[in-house]
Amino acid sequence: MIKNTEQSYGLIAIILHWVMAIVIFGLFGLGLYMVELSYYDAWYKGSLDLHKSIGSLLAILLLIRVFWRTVNLQPEHADSSAASIEVKAAYFGHLALYILMFLLMLSGYLISTADGRAIEVFNVFSLPALPFSIDNQEDIFGEIHFYLAWTLIVLATGHGFAALKHHFINKNNTLKRMLFVSK
Amino acid sequence: MNKQMIISGLLAFSVFIGINNTAYAAQYKVDVQGAHAFVQFKIKHLGYSWLLGRFNTFDGNFNYDAAKPNESQIAIDIDVTSIDSNHAERDKHLKGKDFLDVNKFPNAKFVSKNITFTDEKNAVVTGEFTLKGVTKSISFNVEKIGEGNDPWGGYRVGFSGTTSLKLSDYGITYNLGPASTHVDMALHIEGIRQ
Repeated sequence: MIKNTEQSYGLIAIILHWVMAIVIFGLFGLGLYMVELSYYDAWYKGSLDLHKSIGSLLAILLLIRVFWRTVNLQPEHADSSAASIEVKAAYFGHLALYILMFLLMLSGYLISTADGRAIEVFNVFSLPALPFSIDNQEDIFGEIHFYLAWTLIVLATGHGFAALKHHFINKNNTLKRMLFVSK
Repeated sequence: MNKQMIISGLLAFSVFIGINNTAYAAQYKVDVQGAHAFVQFKIKHLGYSWLLGRFNTFDGNFNYDAAKPNESQIAIDIDVTSIDSNHAERDKHLKGKDFLDVNKFPNAKFVSKNITFTDEKNAVVTGEFTLKGVTKSISFNVEKIGEGNDPWGGYRVGFSGTTSLKLSDYGITYNLGPASTHVDMALHIEGIRQ
């Protein structure tokens, strides 16, 4: 199934979810690593270019994902016996993940474009800067980018543990339906 | 108020003016408002080219009198956070812990201790320079560019000076390569007589 059903996620939602999950954790590691590189490290320049290029593609994926989510139906809760507080927590948790992803990418964009320079995405196309900027934009959004990244990673890790809890403790198909396309 | 008090008051005042005249030459304010002053730096990039930048925000005052040039004094305060190398990502790095650590050390300053003119135009300025919390005595040449009335009723004089600073003297030890251990600082100022 390409599209979601009442019971499970479709192929596109699953691919978007896992590709973004892997890329986000990868960019987090790359980000922490690249800021420690020194000037004469061979990857000093390349790591940053890669981080920005992948980040830009990730932003496009996020837009596609949000679009797909709005035009597609959402599967019902995996566990119909879940307490309403748990359902609410899940809803706001997922909403927070989306907002964090969006703000994280936006803050990264605002660091690199603070001087009006475009972001060169793999030297294939460029993402232009906004026509205005604020004082010390690169510093302010640099801090914001750092703390948002940690927040997203912590929340995404919690999201992962929650899925494992549903799988191993509640023994429902929360995790499975995000792993396999149902027939 | 009796006569004696008025006379002694006037005497004290004239003495005060007199001291003022001998101790200080004409006061000048660096024209940062009209941006006729620049604090620039340049450093070699990999040993292959020069990288230029500047500090956009600074302020200063100096005393100078062509008749008594060796009584000149100057003090300049630089807002280090205003560093501008025309590249936001580089400026962010320069402001960070690897280089200037501006959160901890937002200001740099130079205060002259001695200014000795070797001829009408050229002088050696010695004073204390503070950068990244380190104060060092430095000495450098300055040149008077010109002096005179401006078209708007003021009086101006301008100087240029350059010096080379060793980065590690000021706690900047980040490895930029063997060609980039020093930074050249240039001060181009125009002062308006107060």
